[in-house]
Amino acid sequence: MATEAKFHVLAVDDSIIDRKLIERLLRTSSYQVTAVDSGSKALELLGLNRDKEGEEEEIGDEAEETPSVSPSCQEMEVNLIITDYFMPGMTGYDLLRKIKESKYYKNVPVVIMSSENVPSRITRCLEEGAEEFFLKPVQLSDVNKLRPHLLKGRGRDQKAASSIELAVS
Amino acid sequence: MDQRNQFHRQVALMRQSLFDQGYIDEQFVQLEELQDDTNPNFVEEVVTLYYRDSARLIVSIEQALDKSPLDFNKLDSLMHQFKGSSSSIGARKVKAECTQFREYCKAENGEG
Repeated sequence: MATEAKFHVLAVDDSIIDRKLIERLLRTSSYQVTAVDSGSKALELLGLNRDKEGEEEEIGDEAEETPSVSPSCQEMEVNLIITDYFMPGMTGYDLLRKIKESKYYKNVPVVIMSSENVPSRITRCLEEGAEEFFLKPVQLSDVNKLRPHLLKGRGRDQKAASSIELAVS
Repeated sequence: MDQRNQFHRQVALMRQSLFDQGYIDEQFVQLEELQDDTNPNFVEEVVTLYYRDSARLIVSIEQALDKSPLDFNKLDSLMHQFKGSSSSIGARKVKAECTQFREYCKAENGEG
């Protein structure tokens, strides 16, 4: 398998211990990791925090149809976002929704983590577009499940170069 | 050389007894497995963070316990954090105590 640039994962968790753990797990799997401690910091990093009613079409000059063309300085190259559910301020669910509403990031796979096994919560997150829901403590076997989602994303990006129509599942 | 081996054995025994007495669990082994040559101090770093974080949480919990009437929501939220980090490093006994504590919070049982 050809590995070009490393996959970049954005990890969001208010617990410093869980951040350290997820960072280590992800790095062990050869991913590049950026870890932040809140949903709002994550949005800031992604460049989504500027305008609540923001017109993202204003950000950068790239055509709306091909979001994976070189990012402007506001957007960030991110292949997967993994976030804790229960955080003060913005929950992982709120973050998930904001990401799915974003033109640039809506195709980035999002994974939710939670220490509590609440079926209705899990369903809600998956319905909102989360790819996976991990129960904490997260383990290496969980992180291994991320690879197919990341590869799918990369494959999709490469196809987008030749065809504008993305198959949205 | 003998002394070193002795130390190694002692540490191994201490570690085993922590498992046997239910202080730590499986998750701790996961942490140990994440330690390697590129991250030789991983376990130590995580445990250090945990102690620091726990100390901070305990102070907040004690402050919350001093208030009257008790803010059970606040206490529950703090315990949720404490339970979460304990679970993440495999601190089984602490995690069990947290769970118990939260039961009391839910029942608004100040005496507990």
